[in-house]
Amino acid sequence: MSEHQIHEHDVLIIGAGGAGLRAAIAASAEGATVGVVCKSLLGKAHTVMAEGGVAAAIGNVDDRDNWRVHFADTMRGGQYLNNWRMAELHAKEAPDTVRELEAWGALFDRTDDGRILQRNFGGHAYPRLAHVGDRTGLEMIRTLQDYGVHQGMDVHMECTVITLLEDGERVVGALAYDREKGHLKVFHAKAVVLATGGIGKAFKITSNSWEYTGDGHTLAYDAGAELIDMEFIQFHPTGMMWPPSVRGILVTEGVRGEGGVLRNANGHRFMFDDIPPLYVSSTADSEDEGWRYTQGDRDARRPPELLTRDHVARCIVREIKEGRGSPHGGVFLDISWIKERMPKAAEHIKKKLPSMYHQFKRLADLDITEQPMEVGPTTHYVMGGVRVDADTQMSTVPGLFAAGECAAGLHGANRLGGNSLSDLLVFGNRAGVHAARFAKERGAGTINDAQVEEAGRATLAPFERVGGEGPYQIQNALQDMMQDQVGIVRTGEDMQRALDGIQQLRDRAQRVSVNGNRVYNPGWHTALDLHSLLTVAEAVARSAITRKESRGAHFREDHPEKDESEGNLNTVITKHPDGSMALTREPKREMPAELRAIIEEMK
Amino acid sequence: MAKATFRIWRGDADGGELRDYTTEVSEGMVVLDAVLQIQADEANDLAVRWNCKAGKCGSCSAEVNGVPKLMCMTRLNELPLEKPVTLHPMKAFPLVKDLVTDVSWNFEIKKRIKPFKPRPPDAEDGTWRMAQSDVDRVMEFRKCVECFLCQDVCHVLREHQLFDGFIGPRFLVHVAALEMHPLDTENRLEALRTDQGIGYCNITKCCTNVCPENITITDNAIIPLKERVVDEAYDPLRRFFRKMTGGR
Repeated sequence: MSEHQIHEHDVLIIGAGGAGLRAAIAASAEGATVGVVCKSLLGKAHTVMAEGGVAAAIGNVDDRDNWRVHFADTMRGGQYLNNWRMAELHAKEAPDTVRELEAWGALFDRTDDGRILQRNFGGHAYPRLAHVGDRTGLEMIRTLQDYGVHQGMDVHMECTVITLLEDGERVVGALAYDREKGHLKVFHAKAVVLATGGIGKAFKITSNSWEYTGDGHTLAYDAGAELIDMEFIQFHPTGMMWPPSVRGILVTEGVRGEGGVLRNANGHRFMFDDIPPLYVSSTADSEDEGWRYTQGDRDARRPPELLTRDHVARCIVREIKEGRGSPHGGVFLDISWIKERMPKAAEHIKKKLPSMYHQFKRLADLDITEQPMEVGPTTHYVMGGVRVDADTQMSTVPGLFAAGECAAGLHGANRLGGNSLSDLLVFGNRAGVHAARFAKERGAGTINDAQVEEAGRATLAPFERVGGEGPYQIQNALQDMMQDQVGIVRTGEDMQRALDGIQQLRDRAQRVSVNGNRVYNPGWHTALDLHSLLTVAEAVARSAITRKESRGAHFREDHPEKDESEGNLNTVITKHPDGSMALTREPKREMPAELRAIIEEMK
Repeated sequence: MAKATFRIWRGDADGGELRDYTTEVSEGMVVLDAVLQIQADEANDLAVRWNCKAGKCGSCSAEVNGVPKLMCMTRLNELPLEKPVTLHPMKAFPLVKDLVTDVSWNFEIKKRIKPFKPRPPDAEDGTWRMAQSDVDRVMEFRKCVECFLCQDVCHVLREHQLFDGFIGPRFLVHVAALEMHPLDTENRLEALRTDQGIGYCNITKCCTNVCPENITITDNAIIPLKERVVDEAYDPLRRFFRKMTGGR
């Protein structure tokens, strides 16, 4: 039955956002033949949505910045649950990977003396984000794409991987289908890199597109790899609230970096009301000081709007819950007020935040240079993911690597803005290099035809079932449930209910049927995505139930405080031999004295 | 709640028809919202490309009431909803199914354009110095989201189907971005004049009119490139110089 085409590559890269493309470039440079599979067209991945910038301690704007400060900021932001080795490598290598982009044609905004300009962002001690207005992600993905296609990689566009193929313990390829024709494709590879991004589509309100269904997480899990820290999901504090159809679309943190402030319905700037102890000494104590910080005054401390995303999101939820929200259920984010402080403020805003200006003007009929925006939290990013070795990015399964959002470790309990673009450069590069080396050392494995046959049959099964439910109803039910019960404010009771709900949805998903044929059939694709969505939803719920404390992005109403005994543990998810999901907890690895000393020094 | 009718092309390369779907519409909705609602409620297999839903990825290109647009940035309150909203796939490209066309030609064209080639670094640490004003000059071109609406509307491609001899406005913008990049040292003018067919463009500005990023494609990218090509190929002084030095 399952006829398929076969493609051979030394290294197969699944995902073509920043991490996948950077890995592909690195693997090609190591001499490997590279295939890149992308779920959409090339250059459309979610990296294009990244707005604010890429964090790298280049120190162009403030020479007090260096890798040690970036390391300490990242660890503090992640509430010390981060993999310290990844945080170290990331802080050290980010500057070179940013400069490298410039050598490949990227154009960043400039300082007065012609170097790369850097801007302030939440949780970063100094102006650290290299940027191009508010469309840094587009600049990065286009640069990687345009440079990458000249390095000899084969790109398989609109192609979705269903399962990884195994030879014993090792991963040796993947089975996929192409959207255009619905044909099955077998990829035979010596090493595989997952770079599939996030899981935002498990929630109702999200900044993520249809693609982000946790594919890489699930492929790895099904192949026997470990997932860690899946309870940590970043709810970005500022998503659009109105009109309803754009709810959740991202409003860049850059708005606050440029001086934007958050106010409730009474016009009160509520972020000054609650400043976490870890950040008291580094936060402004007056509106004036906060403003001076955003304008580059080195002696000023940051305004509370630039505290970490988890904290800002929770403060917004509090204002809304206590009845001080905006008309459409958010709060106000105002950049227009800066006209009180500077001449030609409207031009300045349009220059610094052109896509935000355009986005609100087009989609909400609102001029951000004149009026405040309505914003509220939106599911944005998953800190948890495939457990990888910090240096090589190899998962716990030989031959299977992961980089970018689908890998875990760097961000701990909460990611700082700007650290994802640098994450994907640094660890995309490392994953590509080490996958190529693994391929060279280990040679080709053997594809198990029976596995291909079985997975192929399962892929086509929804066509054979008649009269079942459609896939969209199940997807919507899951999104509603996760939003309400495993969202930004959690309780053990709610999440236990969600876990039962997931099981029921899984049963319904088994019976889904699709109409039409295999040619570009989104109903079929959605039906196939349900397995990944349900798997990551279960992993998130189970991990979040287990962590009986509040830390970083994980907030438990029934356990609102931090608990240091919990804070020393990572949550590990694996697939039990009987097919059920198993959860264990592991103590964090001891940090070396020299890194501990950096953290102490920067406190 | 109000309802509106969407007359959507359903079919593939072998043929098809316009089919009417009526769906509920609410304040602030864009065309893509309506299409996705129809897909989820009654036409699960309706083929449509989309990603970011915020005008940043350039995936959801289609012809809305005959005008090439991004569906995610076209608000329903800009359309006359008393009659059906007609949705066609982009006409210039081969149809895959429903609203999805085969745009792979564009990706092949880009590979044939000579890549960025920087001058040697300005500083010892391997970095460059550039003025913001020089960066700003090409920023407009780098905003391109590769939606290919300009390719769709360009009559050289749409009517005359000159896919073998003309790269289209999108890639003229791409070449302009490279040629005017402050660090670039490559010369792409000869290719523009010959294989890439810049001469086919007769500056009707159709591309500029449909660009969702408001890139002034014709005036700022294509015309300056045409001038450079003319200067390089036909300037008598340069021709003399080339002859003397044995260059191109």
